[in-house]
Amino acid sequence: MSTLMQHKKTNPVIDPESIRRDFPILNRTVNGNQLVYLDNAATTQKPQIVIDELARYYSEYNSNVHRGIHTLADEATQAYEKARQKVANFIGAPKTEQIIFTRGATESINLVAYAWGRKNIGKGDRIVLTQMEHHANLVPWVALAKETGAELEYIPIDEQGCLDLDDIGEIISRNTKLVSVTQMSNVLGTINPVEKTIEIAHDRGAIALVDAAQSVPHMPVDVKSMDADFVAFSAHKMLGPTGIGILYGKEELLSGMEPFNYGGEMINEVRYDFADWAALPHKFEAGTPNIAGVVAFSPALDYLRNIGMANVRQHEIELTGYTLDRLSSLGSIRIFGPMNPELRGGAISFIDNDVHPHDLAQLLDQSGVAIRAGHHCAQPLHRLLGIGSTARASFYIYNTKEEIDQLIDALKEARRYFGHE
Amino acid sequence: MSDALDTLYREVILDHYKNPRGKKKLDHADVKNEGKNPVCGDEIEVEVEFDGDTVKDLSVSCAGCAISVASGSMLYEVIKGKSFDEVRKIAKVVKAMLKGEEYDADGIDLGDLDVLEGVRQFPVRIKCALLSWVTLVDAIEKADTNESSKLSTTE
Repeated sequence: MSTLMQHKKTNPVIDPESIRRDFPILNRTVNGNQLVYLDNAATTQKPQIVIDELARYYSEYNSNVHRGIHTLADEATQAYEKARQKVANFIGAPKTEQIIFTRGATESINLVAYAWGRKNIGKGDRIVLTQMEHHANLVPWVALAKETGAELEYIPIDEQGCLDLDDIGEIISRNTKLVSVTQMSNVLGTINPVEKTIEIAHDRGAIALVDAAQSVPHMPVDVKSMDADFVAFSAHKMLGPTGIGILYGKEELLSGMEPFNYGGEMINEVRYDFADWAALPHKFEAGTPNIAGVVAFSPALDYLRNIGMANVRQHEIELTGYTLDRLSSLGSIRIFGPMNPELRGGAISFIDNDVHPHDLAQLLDQSGVAIRAGHHCAQPLHRLLGIGSTARASFYIYNTKEEIDQLIDALKEARRYFGHE
Repeated sequence: MSDALDTLYREVILDHYKNPRGKKKLDHADVKNEGKNPVCGDEIEVEVEFDGDTVKDLSVSCAGCAISVASGSMLYEVIKGKSFDEVRKIAKVVKAMLKGEEYDADGIDLGDLDVLEGVRQFPVRIKCALLSWVTLVDAIEKADTNESSKLSTTE
């Protein structure tokens, strides 16, 4: 961390070279080549301080949280609740109690679909999503609609891969109960004007959920100024451990909801024929949580705060612009999503005219370049784009322009391998 | 590029990928079946024309990666003119070969299929190579049992 702090004094934009030293995995080789990790939209790598905290928890203060009197229980509880406070600060949540720890963004959205949706959405009500949603913010609502007879409506995308807001006033109709929109597409990279969709949702008396799995890790997000009712994201996409998700919710909504899971840790008083629920946030955290994951998320948040999310965003705008230019210059590549890096994040999906995404990913792996190929959990979007799968390169704070050059070289080599110059 | 990669993408495989055999439409298909690996995005359609319990002709139309297209193309070459029993036997051998299991290929002309052995070193690609075979076998089962359409997959 010290190199990072020193660097900040001299340059406002981050220096990935000094950051790289904090990520041990980036030293490894893959198939004899230095790893070039460009699959950050799937999960990011972890800095040493996160890895150390996982080990420190198990070596020094492993204990179950809450209701323990002994020292270890107290230390674990304090570290666990401190992480909650850090998350609240990170996204501008007014109160710490509004942060619920889940297993991931997917579970956060399911929590809302079950605990809020099944109580408040019925036959003839409308749920509004966008055409670019990840399955995590699509399937729970498809299931809810099927179960309740609610209708689903989708905000369309334009040719650029941005939301087409022309008819949004009609789409978010008076019978709309929920508008659930991704803030940054994991396929197109598009950054959506969630403030606007939230405003219209509220005007119609609907609530708004923001799938922030790709946005909170990559740009400044303030849940209060955004005025979202629910926000879901995952720790592992922002340097933290896997198995930790966050649900932020407005207090009055969370207070009015019944629990999603029942059992230990979430109760106030239990008798053989009666139970009532603990206060927020514990009402939604039944059972022993992923304590190690939560406490090791703290240093990840500190790390990102030290860099500054505006700097993270700026770094990715530069890398994205550079990548879009270089990919375009190849001539054989079709890129999906906006071509203006200011309108998008650093998840870039593309296809080569001649080499299938799967073969590209295989050949790139031989050069140590890790990209993803497939539908990236967005099948309806791929069908809409008329393609079965795409290749996707996605960036984070430790990626460099040199790595983009390696990506481009590997793409050229893959084409040569398949006999295309 | 590495030797392992050259084992996966043998010349023969690249040749089948670039010029897939059997990519046509049958005038008199007795049965059709679709296969799909949603995660990869590979899609395949197999049509079969029967003569008794023999595959008189077939078509294999695959939109997918080099491995899935090449495997389907080789399937076409090997399967045309074979009896249902032979088709099942060959499909079993291919499956075993891909999974690195023991198999008995006595009396079977595998054609170019032995190049698929290279896929074994790349476990995530086995499902690509298998898709056309599973889709074909399901097509024949479908004809046998008069079952209505079902989507084949190896994911």
